[in-house]
Amino acid sequence: MVQLIDVGRHFGDHRALGPVSLEIPEGSTVGFLGLNGVGKTTLLRILACDLRPTRGQALVGGVDVLEDPHTVRKKVGYLPETPPLYHDMTVRDYLSFAGRIRGLDSGTLTRRIAEVEETTNITHKDGETIRHLSHGYKQRVGVAQALIHEPEILILDEPTNGLDPVQIREMRDLIRTLRRKHTILISSHILTEISETCDEILILNAGEIVASGSEHDLSGAVLRSTGMTLDVRFGPDRGNGEGAANEVLTLLRALPEVIDAEVGEREGDTVSYRLNGTEDVRAQVCRAVVEAGHDVVRLDKAARELERIFIELVGGGADA
Amino acid sequence: MSGVRAVFERELGAYLRSSIGYLIGAVVLLLDGLLFYAQALGPAAGERISGEVLAGFFLNASGLTAIAALVLSIRLIAEERQTGTHILLTTSPLRDWEIVLGKYFGALVFLTGITLLTLYMPLLIFVNGKVSLAQILVGYFGLILFGAANLAIGVFATAFARHQLVAAATGAVITATMFLLWPLSSVVDPPASRLFASLAIHGRHFSGFQAGLLHTRDVFYYLAVTYFFLLAAIKVMEAKRWE
Repeated sequence: MVQLIDVGRHFGDHRALGPVSLEIPEGSTVGFLGLNGVGKTTLLRILACDLRPTRGQALVGGVDVLEDPHTVRKKVGYLPETPPLYHDMTVRDYLSFAGRIRGLDSGTLTRRIAEVEETTNITHKDGETIRHLSHGYKQRVGVAQALIHEPEILILDEPTNGLDPVQIREMRDLIRTLRRKHTILISSHILTEISETCDEILILNAGEIVASGSEHDLSGAVLRSTGMTLDVRFGPDRGNGEGAANEVLTLLRALPEVIDAEVGEREGDTVSYRLNGTEDVRAQVCRAVVEAGHDVVRLDKAARELERIFIELVGGGADA
Repeated sequence: MSGVRAVFERELGAYLRSSIGYLIGAVVLLLDGLLFYAQALGPAAGERISGEVLAGFFLNASGLTAIAALVLSIRLIAEERQTGTHILLTTSPLRDWEIVLGKYFGALVFLTGITLLTLYMPLLIFVNGKVSLAQILVGYFGLILFGAANLAIGVFATAFARHQLVAAATGAVITATMFLLWPLSSVVDPPASRLFASLAIHGRHFSGFQAGLLHTRDVFYYLAVTYFFLLAAIKVMEAKRWE
């Protein structure tokens, strides 16, 4: 378990973090979300024993990072924003070195190198010099070094930083395979990355945690409404004109749980609507539209729910 | 000690894989060779006894060893700070002394390798002149001790500085100051002159090795300088590791 009690960090007069208090249960995957410079990396560096907190107590697996950093470092695998790679070494030599400095004996090291190479899908790059690897593979080697000693806690700071869309998906899949085997802490300002990989989300703003919980919990606590998207194909006797579109709009607005609704894009014989309800009222919406003689082609909770939560909490200027 | 060994092997491997290691080696060997030719074989060499030639060789070699030690040591920690690879070490369970000693011994073995590659020159004197093997061995022993002390100064500088240029400047200033103590000792009055002479990294402490004389005092001096600067480097690492 990871526990922070009033942890803070100042750089001179500048408060980079805190005071922050939180508890992260064993085996969970937690995402730290926030704009650049809000203290995500500072917090992770404190847990990785790379940065000393200026106040409070940080415990990793029950061990205080200030009292016994040596023990904490054995429990933690850390991938900083820029992977700490020796470009002159081959992948195997680098992982061997990473394992040896973490105290692995030669038998364990051979086994673990094979395992982490397989987990991170770099077995075929084993003999290649790191300098010659693509950015995506370098990132994977960075994850592999963090895993080599089977740490209880895996800290990944912006693991998809600089990756292309395919590499981002591969990294996301990799993180999913690591879940449950480790307690994973991920920092990112990319919302989908956090949304799709984490059980719990911690949103930081100006060095403080402004919200925490699952995406569902945050949605209920932060957003005053649930967004939905509805695509309707009108009945054959109604045509595709404005009249039919407005008829469905009136129908939707008449539902008591719907706060507001508006017509979105029109594509062929299908019209999209955007709705906000006091709760998830997809069942009621679907029933009403079908009973009115139209076809429901698509009905989703609005995508990018986390983006709405994030913008609500950190302000509309969010670039995330 | 397994941590020291891991870091040592990584550092030695880094020198052997990089062009800078070979470049330093090549430059030192070239300059050593040229200086040896000039003083022993060239037209301006004149008639000299072989003991003098050997002492001159060790004198020249010591200057080049000091420069090589400084250049080799600069990258050890400051470069890692600049590239961010130091995080791998500082977030690992390695102790600070393991990091410092591992890096130090990696550089020392490489420097010793370069130094020993000059052996053909004293052997030429041995074959063609009248010097003993013990004289040569003592000279090399002194050269390695002298290189070890200069390397320790460089390791302290690289642990202290955030950038390689600052590390180079810091190391150069300390080394130059310790060199200059010897000529200074002859222009100041006692007791400062005695203090300067006994602290100078060259001069009194190296002249014995140059002549093939092994004094415990000189061995102890170089070991003490090495120990002092390595200890200082470890303390600096401890202070900087947690920022």
